[in-house]
Amino acid sequence: MIRLSIPLRQALSRLSLPVLVALAFGTMLIGKADTVLVDRARMALSDTLAPIYAVVAEPLGAVRNAVQEARALWEMRAENARLREENDRLHRWQAAALSLEAENTLLRRQLSVIPEAPASLHTARVVADAGGTYARAVLLALAPGVEVRRGQVALDERGLAGRVTEVGSRSARVLLVTDMNSRIPVALEGSRARAILAGTNGENPRLQHWPEGTRPQEGERVVTSAEASVFPAGLPVGTVHWTEGGTPEVHLFARMDRLDMLRIFDFGLNGILPPESVARPEPRARR
Amino acid sequence: MKGRHEPAPGLLRRLDALARAAFPAITTALMMVLVSAPVGLPSAMPAVALACVFFWTLFRPAAMSPLMCFVLGLLQDLLTFSPLGIGVLTMLVVHGLVLRLRRFLARQPFWLVWLVFSGFAAGAALLGFLLQAVLNWHLPPLWPGVVQFLLCLGLYPAMAAMLTPLHKAMQRAEDLA
Repeated sequence: MIRLSIPLRQALSRLSLPVLVALAFGTMLIGKADTVLVDRARMALSDTLAPIYAVVAEPLGAVRNAVQEARALWEMRAENARLREENDRLHRWQAAALSLEAENTLLRRQLSVIPEAPASLHTARVVADAGGTYARAVLLALAPGVEVRRGQVALDERGLAGRVTEVGSRSARVLLVTDMNSRIPVALEGSRARAILAGTNGENPRLQHWPEGTRPQEGERVVTSAEASVFPAGLPVGTVHWTEGGTPEVHLFARMDRLDMLRIFDFGLNGILPPESVARPEPRARR
Repeated sequence: MKGRHEPAPGLLRRLDALARAAFPAITTALMMVLVSAPVGLPSAMPAVALACVFFWTLFRPAAMSPLMCFVLGLLQDLLTFSPLGIGVLTMLVVHGLVLRLRRFLARQPFWLVWLVFSGFAAGAALLGFLLQAVLNWHLPPLWPGVVQFLLCLGLYPAMAAMLTPLHKAMQRAEDLA
């Protein structure tokens, strides 16, 4: 340590302030003259302090989080009220959505009158009532080149009408579901119980052989079942109606008395067919 | 220990004295750095620096030399993006004036000190405003200066409450030594 005489020290300490003030003006000048230097000094300081700030940022972040937490707690009441109100509204919407969903399912069921794409479809005109007295059948005129096979399903625009039983080169015979010899495996849509739809030659076929305990309900929808792999499942057939005599009948969706066009679907199902079809192999491969 | 009137200053003793001498400036610098960390508020850094320099110059001028004021002012200028030299000059002017008033002011009650400090804060804000205008050759908005002044005013009691015990503790340590 350099030993200085006391008067010199006093003089120095008295001088230091004016000198430093002058230096302050000097720094101002430097700041104006050499901005690059100042910027560099600033950046050097910032770089040095960056780790400190990084350390400080942790507790600061914690404090800020705490403050936000407190604010959130403070606003929780209002938030709660808002959420409750919103919940009520959403509940209403949920109810609406559920009812719409049910309606949608219902409508989709109705729409599946037209089975979906892979099923190939021919529309043919009904040219004759091929039944006669003791049978219910129609004759379809086929355009040349249209291939229709036995066992294919015929629907009118509303629902199941019958099955193709005989195929000629230009025509095909469709046995209607109302025919006495027609037995169609069906399912009750509500209970999913299986039953047999048996034609009576009358206007409305009957339901037979439903399982014990699941009595068909009045107005229940009847759809085809894939039980015997003759029909695809879910084709609309009709609705259950109990007669006065206590037999369940099916009011068909198809308008049997006014069949003029039938759609012949090939679902590629190869179920139980009359014996002669086995003897005559068919060109179309099984899917 | 008896019989020896003045023990030669040992290493620890000298370290202690050095620490005591350096304490105000270092804590001030540290506080300035911490306060300038981003909190989303207008920077309280100039206010803190001003309060510290004022307080330490008033009660412990030996530890707050003009050089320290210069360095602290430079630190302030570098930490903020104001033109270089404003903080330096402000600190030095405050330091010099407080040194002049020291004999009268050190014995006054707190509220009077605060009142005087408010005058200093207003002067510092005005000086900063003027220097900013001159150095940038463009009139700065008035509000930041006013905010800074109010911030100084509001922060001083808290700063004083924090620094007074430290000062008292240091005084006690010196009396013991």
